[in-house]
Amino acid sequence: MKTGIIIKREYLTRVKKRSFIITTLLLPLLFIGFSALTTYLTVKSSSAKTVKIVDDSRHFVNKIKSTKNIAFEFSLSPLDSLKNQLKAGEFDALVYVPAFDIQQKQTVNIFSNEQLGIEVENELSDQMNDQLRNERLQTAGINQQQYEAASRSTLTFENKVGQEEKKSNSAIASGISTVSGFLLYFFMLLYGMSVMRSVMEEKTNRIAEIIISSVKPFQLMMGKIVGVALVGLTQVLIWVVFLGVIFIGFGSMMTGKIDAQQATQIAQAAQGSGKAEMMQMISTTLGGINWFSIAGWFIFYFLGGYFLYAALFAAVGSLVNEDQQDAQQFTTIITLPIIFSFILMTAVIKDPNSGMAVFGSIFPLTSPIVMMARIPFGVPTWQLLASAACLVLGFIGTTAMAGKIYRTGILMYGKKVTFKEVGKWIFRKG
Amino acid sequence: MQDNNILLSVRNLSKSYAAHKAVDDISFDIERGSIFGLLGPNGAGKSTLLRMITGIFYPDSGSITLDGQPFEGLKNTAMIGYMPEERGLYKKMKVGEHILYLAQLKGLNKDEAIKRARYWIERLEMGSWWNKKVEDLSKGMSQKLQFVATVIHEPKLLILDEPFSGLDPVNAEVIKNEIFRLAKEGTTIIFSTHRMEQVEEICDKIVLINLGHKLLDGSVYQIKQDYKEHIFNLHLSQPAQTVPADITVLDRKENTLRFQLPAERSANDVLLHYIQQQNNILAFQEHLPSLNEIFIRLVGNTPTARPFDSN
Repeated sequence: MKTGIIIKREYLTRVKKRSFIITTLLLPLLFIGFSALTTYLTVKSSSAKTVKIVDDSRHFVNKIKSTKNIAFEFSLSPLDSLKNQLKAGEFDALVYVPAFDIQQKQTVNIFSNEQLGIEVENELSDQMNDQLRNERLQTAGINQQQYEAASRSTLTFENKVGQEEKKSNSAIASGISTVSGFLLYFFMLLYGMSVMRSVMEEKTNRIAEIIISSVKPFQLMMGKIVGVALVGLTQVLIWVVFLGVIFIGFGSMMTGKIDAQQATQIAQAAQGSGKAEMMQMISTTLGGINWFSIAGWFIFYFLGGYFLYAALFAAVGSLVNEDQQDAQQFTTIITLPIIFSFILMTAVIKDPNSGMAVFGSIFPLTSPIVMMARIPFGVPTWQLLASAACLVLGFIGTTAMAGKIYRTGILMYGKKVTFKEVGKWIFRKG
Repeated sequence: MQDNNILLSVRNLSKSYAAHKAVDDISFDIERGSIFGLLGPNGAGKSTLLRMITGIFYPDSGSITLDGQPFEGLKNTAMIGYMPEERGLYKKMKVGEHILYLAQLKGLNKDEAIKRARYWIERLEMGSWWNKKVEDLSKGMSQKLQFVATVIHEPKLLILDEPFSGLDPVNAEVIKNEIFRLAKEGTTIIFSTHRMEQVEEICDKIVLINLGHKLLDGSVYQIKQDYKEHIFNLHLSQPAQTVPADITVLDRKENTLRFQLPAERSANDVLLHYIQQQNNILAFQEHLPSLNEIFIRLVGNTPTARPFDSN
């Protein structure tokens, strides 16, 4: 079939280009590199620090343990001479604990030449506050075990959404919504513009007329649109496989190499001073999410949204002459709904079931991004079906309209085209 | 009525763009194996007419009959080869790849396309260019490439719109010879141009259009006969001293004389006049108007053209 020949050419010319290979391989590599770097920096031994403590309160002497990176030493030297030593660089920080009432608040000064990282402070805070708590408990007559038993968090929360009381987690859901939104926005614009540029090239260098003496203009247009869609799918597929392999490999490498302390450090670095429990919960919920369903819908909305907009981009490309301004104007008009749906997405994440969210997820110009944003939060089946049907009708409609515009516009040179004329083409036969 | 000798028949074809009537009620026939000239100035409607014949445009009214059957646009695409005036090619594609692509779009399968492409590339001396990118070709080369892509599927009807524009004399000669050879082998060729001198050399019959209307239709010879003005060139051995009574001298240079004869008079009388003067006739020929002259006369709206019988 002739359209197949066109699809093949459109696909191969793009996939063989150096720029395709570079972006496809480069992006995941950058992503991996970045994540690896952050993790590595956290895990790697930061330079060992020596911290001297002068403890006039006598609560902490020999009770503060040194860590892998920080050596705590107690000193009985006078404060001033220690300060001089600090200035001379003999050690990294000087902590002064005055005598104080452990039932009252107290500020402890950490003297240093340069601002230390958060590590030292956190370590001191944890260890010293623990120590004080233990002493207060002892004074109150509560032993350690009684205390721990009393202070356990015994309540956890689970989301059960909808009739089937599906488990969900709103943080994760928002994450997925945002990521899909970005990806869809990025792809629809990137590939849509690739179609438009190609149409413009064929018009300006006059190859279009030769092609359409052999095939119908519609076949050329669709061949191009489908070819570019396949390029997009190829790119996504490569990324998914690539990232999947890397994560699995990385994951097993990680579990082999790191120990409990480093794991906690990673957790802390990733979460601020979050609790290990949250990480636990995230991984169970991640495992529980219906990845196939989300991936499936993503592909559907990616293709549907792409086909809808690619047709419009093709139509615009066929109307443009030498005048670059025309191109700009038309392109802006088309990209407006895409940008708008992206903005709408952020509102949708906050309130996935508002009237605006429902409308935006069904209206075909905005539904790809908006509905994908709603799906992780759960969407009633009838709305999903309505949205899918509208999107399909949408891209059939834009493709038919674009076909009529493309057919005439592709051979029209020189004359500046008005909207009125374009309207006539859409409704005129042949 | 079906004449088996006619490959393409166009009847009352019209097409308008918005308010502008580009083609207005044009009809003509083209015989198999002939080289047919479609002439006219720029903007006459030639390109529009050709696009209707190739199926790119649909006529507003009128009919086209190809090989005895009503014309069916792209279904007939395998029978037609079209080289438009504006030469377009994908710049980044390689030569061989490009020919294959266009050949396959015309319906050739890949193996056949490769075989024929190689044949034509060798024939037109483009052998070393198979893997070069189109953007690296000279203008002459890319025109030849385009020509190959137009003929590779052995169309019955070949349509060439200004095929020589921008070609150097050597490459123009190559293409011209190919055109003659293809016609001899039975391909029917429509050659569209506004360069009249090329037409006289190449075409059997022509149609001349201007502003969407057909002005002339017939064989080159017949048209010249119809528009001749009885002008003759005479080359004598000595300068002409006298001139016969009722002839009009148009130009006199050294030993040559160009004159116009009234319709009833015979040129023989003039020859006799000089023979009797012992002035030797070295050369004598009727000056037939060039198509260019005829065209200017017609398009310039001068009433000197004699009405002719359209037979």
